[in-house]
Amino acid sequence: MTGPSTDPRAPAAGTAPPKRRGTELALLGFAVLITVVAQCVVDLTVTGSLSPELATFSTWIAALWVVAHLVVRRFAPYADPLLLPTVALLVGLGLAVIHRLDLAATQVDSPVTREDAPVQLLWATIGVALFVAVLVVVRDHRSLSRFAYTLALVGLVLLAVPALLPASISEVNGAKIWIRVAGFSIQPGEFAKICLIVFFAAYLVDKREVLALASRRVIGIELPRGRDLGPVLLAWVISILVLVFERDLGSSLLLFGIFVVMLYVATERSSWLLIGLGLFAGGALVAYQIFGHVQARVDTWLDPFAYRDGAGYQLVQSLFGLGTGGLFGAGLGGGRPDQVPVAKSDFIAAAIGEELGLFGLVAVIIVYLVLVERGLRTSLIVRDSFGKLLAAGLAFSLAWQTFVVLGGVTGLLPLTGLTTPFLAYGGSSLVANFGLVALLVRISDAARRPATPAAAPLPKLGDAPTEVVRP
Amino acid sequence: MTEIVVQVFRFGFLLLLWLFIFAAFRVVRADLFGGRAGRVTAVPPRAATGKKRQRGPKTLVVTAGPLSGTKITLGDQPILIGRADDSTLVLTDDFASSRHARLTNRGGQWYVEDLGSTNGTYLDQQRVQGPLLVNPGQPIRIGQTALELRT
Repeated sequence: MTGPSTDPRAPAAGTAPPKRRGTELALLGFAVLITVVAQCVVDLTVTGSLSPELATFSTWIAALWVVAHLVVRRFAPYADPLLLPTVALLVGLGLAVIHRLDLAATQVDSPVTREDAPVQLLWATIGVALFVAVLVVVRDHRSLSRFAYTLALVGLVLLAVPALLPASISEVNGAKIWIRVAGFSIQPGEFAKICLIVFFAAYLVDKREVLALASRRVIGIELPRGRDLGPVLLAWVISILVLVFERDLGSSLLLFGIFVVMLYVATERSSWLLIGLGLFAGGALVAYQIFGHVQARVDTWLDPFAYRDGAGYQLVQSLFGLGTGGLFGAGLGGGRPDQVPVAKSDFIAAAIGEELGLFGLVAVIIVYLVLVERGLRTSLIVRDSFGKLLAAGLAFSLAWQTFVVLGGVTGLLPLTGLTTPFLAYGGSSLVANFGLVALLVRISDAARRPATPAAAPLPKLGDAPTEVVRP
Repeated sequence: MTEIVVQVFRFGFLLLLWLFIFAAFRVVRADLFGGRAGRVTAVPPRAATGKKRQRGPKTLVVTAGPLSGTKITLGDQPILIGRADDSTLVLTDDFASSRHARLTNRGGQWYVEDLGSTNGTYLDQQRVQGPLLVNPGQPIRIGQTALELRT
């Protein structure tokens, strides 16, 4: 036994490095416990008795996480032990709040009583299936970089499809970001996000030398050459096109933010952040002048109470909800979060803020923080550049999306219509984010796996292959 | 449903949530400092224990270049550095060869060898010809990447 080491993975030489699967299982158990307790509290507070489906639900959710855990144990034994439990907690909490809102709808005898929690549980099951599939199929994250341009194409097609389809299929509440077929609606943009992050990572690993080295110095800031601005301008144009044709403020903000930050991570040059900020400011200004829906969003953001009977109603109700919740909240089932329109998807954070209070909402944010921190840590310790950039991009996209959504709900930012990852009701967002976490798990497995000798025995020094000198 | 039960639910659930966060933080801490959380790490009892096994460097740290910040825990296995996919440290550096250099452990001491690379490996400004002993803190340069051993 050696003393405490400064290395995070810290296997003393000679001993097997810890896999920490036991820790993961224990934390998953804790998350399932919280999920079930939340359901019980909701049932007892709202109806006074436990619902008959509770046993089925508990078994189902526990089985889901056990399967996910076993697959990680088998296919990614060195993966980070915190990624899966944090996701489990967020999904479980989301299910409880959605269940609570279902009950609220039956309470007030609203004409549309839809049971959304079972549907969300089904989506979570599909999500875990995707998680398993990604872990089984993608054995080495580096193999993804070979499909970078294919994935870019897939991503762009997914982004473009709703814009090209007729509005009857693709438009919901003014945003053309859906594909609705046979009662199912999916948001392809969520999957496009992951494809594009993989592409960005592979592209930037290829091109970062030229993006980082060739530069001119203007007033103390290293500016890249004009022709190297191409990719960032392209990303900007794509996000603007998304904004124009799909009227989707959120996705365009998300994509552009991710690209600029990945560019910054790849090149370590803060000038990219400045350029990105400038382009964003310009785009936002023009969009505000031209598009009515952007203008409406900004106006309601600046003064929601002036529009409380119209466009600002949702935000005003959300702010009142947060205010009612106070520090400790009304208790699960004790508030009236159903008074916020579409509380299940866009405004689930407001429901949590009302029923669990500031302490509950901050706890949720910290769980996100832990998830993102594990992602960024993976990015720091993984040994190849592509993995580094990919993990950083995926983790940042989670952080950025959460920030933009919570900012919208609390009135810090204009409303964007993005969904809270893992918490909010919505199939495509949930399933896509499961895929995203599967990639993070895969990379973290590679990062924490101890350095093994190459499969083939190393040649003797004398026989070592020499490099052919390229012209 | 009596008032007292509602209050117990209300605060009990918040407590449960925060206990989860506390547990998660313990894992993060154990990950950062190694071993059990809660151990005082300021004065490592290194001198007393494990003197025979571990006196040499324990990690290889990349200090400059694209992979800067990467750490590799050293074991008994040699560390292969280069652009080839099966290297221990995979460089994406136009100035590195696919099999560029190798670090080997001989009796607790690490030696660097150049595997016939195009642009050479440098230990403290000196071009590596045969195997050279690497002391902790001595920079090894490969293309734009700099590495050093840390104890």
